[in-house]
Amino acid sequence: MKVTMHVNGRQVSGEAEGRTLLSAFLREELGLTGTHIGCDTSQCGACTVHVDGKQVKSCTMFAAEAEGAEVTTIEGMANADGSLSAIQQAFQDYHGLQCGFCTPGMVMAAAALLEEIPQPTEAQIRHHLDGNICRCTGYHNIVKAIQAASGQPVAVAAE
Amino acid sequence: MYNFDFVKPSTVEEAVAALADDEAQPLSGGQTLIPTMKQRLNAPETLVSLLGIEALKGVTVGGDRVTIGAATTHATVAREVAEAYPALAALAGNIGDPAVRNRGTIGGSLANNDPAACYPAAALASGATVVTNRREIPADEYFEGMFATALEEGEIITRVTFPIPEAAAYVKFEQPASRFALAGVFVAKFAGGVRVAITGASEEGVFRWSEAEEALSGNFSAGAVSALSLDADGMMADLHGSAEYRAHLAKVLTGRAVTAAG
Ligand SMILES: Cc1cc2nc3c(=O)[nH]c(=O)nc-3n(C[C@H](O)[C@H](O)[C@H](O)COP(=O)(O)OP(=O)(O)OC[C@H]3O[C@@H](n4cnc5c(N)ncnc54)[C@H](O)[C@@H]3O)c2cc1C
Ligand code: FES
Ligand code: FES
Repeated sequence: MKVTMHVNGRQVSGEAEGRTLLSAFLREELGLTGTHIGCDTSQCGACTVHVDGKQVKSCTMFAAEAEGAEVTTIEGMANADGSLSAIQQAFQDYHGLQCGFCTPGMVMAAAALLEEIPQPTEAQIRHHLDGNICRCTGYHNIVKAIQAASGQPVAVAAE
Repeated sequence: MYNFDFVKPSTVEEAVAALADDEAQPLSGGQTLIPTMKQRLNAPETLVSLLGIEALKGVTVGGDRVTIGAATTHATVAREVAEAYPALAALAGNIGDPAVRNRGTIGGSLANNDPAACYPAAALASGATVVTNRREIPADEYFEGMFATALEEGEIITRVTFPIPEAAAYVKFEQPASRFALAGVFVAKFAGGVRVAITGASEEGVFRWSEAEEALSGNFSAGAVSALSLDADGMMADLHGSAEYRAHLAKVLTGRAVTAAG
């Protein structure tokens, strides 16, 4: 079947089977490989994207379910001039990534959080990241990056 | 995953008609069904999405009850029920993670009846009514054991009605990897008595702990259950906890839920 949606502000169409996951559609049909597949079992959050403004795991949704939807992926997060968005820049400044595999999902989760709670507490940030697994950083610097991106003071300065 | 046809009706009647086919299955938030289809534990020929049916979505609060459409997400319940029934909203807001809560629905959770799921405890402790396209099923008759419910072939949940208790709380001891309940206890105090439902613990799925209900109906305090004990016989045992551990945990959580309910 043909599936049509808006991805990062652009209308796109592509072929999908019933079983085609949104993650596969983005990566294989549209070539947007910034959305990562860490587990494919709904656990890790590396595949997090926004559908109609809501954070979802794109490996746990069918492409056909996103027919007509507004989808935002990590490729749509940078500023219009190509510079990094505040959240992305904060991840770099505060060492919120090491290998970077979880980072697209972390940034999408962080963006959804700040949309809902512009100045979250540390506890709110950690609760919100329940579904995003990072094997490298130990999370502290991710939390700091999100605090910094929200304009809040960060307890320990980045080195 | 095996392939299937995807249909997205906009009315309950169309969905029911599509589900008359033996090989068709409803798809709600997909947060349980998609992972099981990936494992080929489930291979429907047609998936009938319920998320295009507006009549199945939303929350209405009227007097002493809250009614929630089957296709209402956990995130919506967490937000919109917060005032009317805070314990239920808190339960919804602690299911899985934000992405799961944005897709997963109450109807899907109750239809699936995972032995470690949260909503079954709320429905049973509240004495909720599960409404389907065919009938109204009291929670006491709805849950029939692990992954088993009173739902028949082709029958779908349309909404769930919860009587609002005077006081209530849900306390979940999370299995940290899955965030499902290693044990979870929902305590609800009504004018007519107290109801206690335990999830995550028994091999039979969610159940009411009648001994605790009796004790708490006379004296609603954590102390009232401290001398009781749950039988480890029939409790689940796995690498996360033995049967004895779960029985003890469920009892301790019951006391904590009573304290939290205040
Ligand atoms: C990472 C992760 C963590 C989770 N953590 C928790 C947790 O802490 N606590 C918890 O309780 N759950 C948890 N869940 C499960 C989650 O709550 C699911 O959303 C829920 O169990 C199923 O709802 P769904 O809408 O996604 O249903 P689906 O997956 O779409 O469907 C589930 C089943 O119900 C059937 N069905 C769906 N809707 C209806 C209906 N209206 N009438 C009849 N049958 C129907 C389907 O055919 C299918 O068999 C978690 C899931 C994930 C992926
Ligand atoms: S790839 Fe989707 S949750 Fe891990
Ligand atoms: S930076 Fe490597 S997984 Fe998070």
